[in-house]
Amino acid sequence: MRRIVIWLASTVTVVVLLFGYRTSTNGTSVSAESSVVIPSTAAAAPTSAPSGSSSSGTSSAGGSTSSGSTSSSSTPSRSPGSSSSSTATHTGSVVQTRWGPVQVQVTVTGGTISAVDVLQYPQGNGEGQQINAYALPILVQETLSAQSANIDMVSGATVTSDGYVESLQAALDEAGI
Amino acid sequence: MSALIDRPTAGRLSRHVEHVMGMPISIALRGRHADTTTGHRAWTAVLDQLREVDRIFSTYRDDSIVNRLDRGELDLDQCPREVAEVLDLGREAERQSGGAFSICLPTTHGRRRLDPSGVVKGWAVERASHLLSDLDDTDFCLSAGGDMVCHTADVERPDWRIGIENPRNPRMLIAVVPIRSGAVATSGTAHRGQHLMDARTGLPVHGVASVTVVGSSLTWADIDATAAYAHGAAAASWLSGRPGRTGLVVWPDTTTTIVDGRSTLAG
Repeated sequence: MRRIVIWLASTVTVVVLLFGYRTSTNGTSVSAESSVVIPSTAAAAPTSAPSGSSSSGTSSAGGSTSSGSTSSSSTPSRSPGSSSSSTATHTGSVVQTRWGPVQVQVTVTGGTISAVDVLQYPQGNGEGQQINAYALPILVQETLSAQSANIDMVSGATVTSDGYVESLQAALDEAGI
Repeated sequence: MSALIDRPTAGRLSRHVEHVMGMPISIALRGRHADTTTGHRAWTAVLDQLREVDRIFSTYRDDSIVNRLDRGELDLDQCPREVAEVLDLGREAERQSGGAFSICLPTTHGRRRLDPSGVVKGWAVERASHLLSDLDDTDFCLSAGGDMVCHTADVERPDWRIGIENPRNPRMLIAVVPIRSGAVATSGTAHRGQHLMDARTGLPVHGVASVTVVGSSLTWADIDATAAYAHGAAAASWLSGRPGRTGLVVWPDTTTTIVDGRSTLAG
């Protein structure tokens, strides 16, 4: 456990981009992301017992609309000092965002993040459901192909049947990617 | 044409494409009826309904109801009731867009020509998609020439991922929209040359390369994409005034503006 905490502290701050939104409505700037930082600072809890503990940290938001501190609890599934394949889950506390409460959990296996689960996300009201129904467009690298983007459909200027053969959508329909 | 693909995350995905209204109609289905007789029957019903829409509304067919109405050979009350519905939508869109969008387009002869195409596609596909949402425990994405309705029936299944074409290089993507249930429509001129005009002037639009709108209704996402595009360099500012619409404006130099109207939703 200690090893994992130290690894987390020394290598990475886990930022989970839950969803992005813009904080103004004038449509002239790109989106800010709402993010939740999983606290991972061993320094903040240097005396914690190795058998599972809590550490504290803060959450931050790319926008200005979510705030509050978080703490996390860690639940190692194996005893400290076990092999590098040990697994631990780190659960962030509930963070209030403008859309509602958000809570995430990170699973670390063998020193690598193997899963990020959203335990709680806004869904209690109509607005939350709308937010979850569709997200903002995410800009991609200019060189990204349809295949590597793992897309299901293509939206673009209206494709006529004549132009279809040359289109990305045709490639998707044929290749089934 | 159809294809079946096994994808570990999304389960079995079935794809089909047919050409109706002069454009490709593509569908992706997953879930219970992705590959059942019921699913195929629903897809056939979608195509039948779109073919009927084409017979009524096509401006390319001399004998379509809309062309006969425009020539004065029919009165509105002699037309199928869908015609009045679409014309009402067109008038509402014209009002809400300040006239940049219209179903009565200026012609070189001075007379305005009835062309509800800008309303018909989104409206028709949204209406046809109801035939698919009746399918139990089945997700679908139904696209007509790049404008689509997406639906996810099961919270366990992943979002649909919609690639947004780069208007300057339609073989490449410029963005991806993750969507569970809703509509995506894009207006631009990448595939057909300059065919979009500002209805106020009858002149081709400059100052914008493409507009993508994401919203709950394809009818309005499609109208708004076209209307925003018709505003040219003012596309993003006009779109940002539309409640509940999210979108992507791509400028002629491929810089982009993301518009997020979700916070303006009522309730």
